[in-house]
Amino acid sequence: MSDDHDDSPIAARVRELEAVLEEKGLLDAAELDRALEAFAHKATPANGFRVVARAWVDEEFKAKLLDDANEALPALGLSMGGGLQVQRLHVVENTEKVHNVVVCTLCSCYPIALLGPSPTWYKSPAYRSKVVSHPREVLEQFGFELPGDTEIRVWDANAESRYMVLPRRPEGTEQLSEEELARLVTRNGLIGTAAV
Amino acid sequence: MPRINDVGGMDGFGPVVEEPDEPMFHADWEAHVFAMNRALVGRGVYNLDEFRDAVERTMSHESSYYENWFRAIRTLLEEKGHV
Repeated sequence: MSDDHDDSPIAARVRELEAVLEEKGLLDAAELDRALEAFAHKATPANGFRVVARAWVDEEFKAKLLDDANEALPALGLSMGGGLQVQRLHVVENTEKVHNVVVCTLCSCYPIALLGPSPTWYKSPAYRSKVVSHPREVLEQFGFELPGDTEIRVWDANAESRYMVLPRRPEGTEQLSEEELARLVTRNGLIGTAAV
Repeated sequence: MPRINDVGGMDGFGPVVEEPDEPMFHADWEAHVFAMNRALVGRGVYNLDEFRDAVERTMSHESSYYENWFRAIRTLLEEKGHV
């Protein structure tokens, strides 16, 4: 991160503050580099894709995941503990009758230690304000239309509780391996703005 | 009165715009701000609740997400006499 040639005003202000903090012994640039590098490799949506695929092929894992996700994650070598504080992860399952969508109306709460930073639209006032009052309209903005009789449940995340959606397994995927199934899942599917 | 961050159910923010193939950070400085915050909380310079509070009371809907973070970090450091 020491190799930064961005000359925008904000980049300069960030560099300037970093230099001051380093001088005061409150920051260590090399430590920041290492921490960020480790985070970038560890926290990615691919973790969520693996969780979903495992739940699709393993009923026992799925039951545990829905009951206590934090307890289920270690079976895949994953945990919710990589962030600044451990949060409870709640996994909510889509069914034929119920579709789940996740938001943080107050800010940007998201299972970041597991899935990496959330997309910008998730943090936007446009999404946060509207998905709780007009979820169907918001999903349509993502090109995602649900049958009229599907119940939409919107989950509002907070500092202690984070949510991830377990999408429905697409039809005609009986022959696919767990690894192939994981490749069908998208980040929007984990948030609920896509079917899978 | 709700703070400016409390937007659930409000109108007037326009459509949700999705960015295709969005990167983890849009510029190197965003990664710096993200890492700086983790380090400062990790070292106990301020805690996560103080940071959330600072974001909420200093944020502007005109600023980007990490611009708001940076403003909050600066504010806390100033208030605590570090800068």
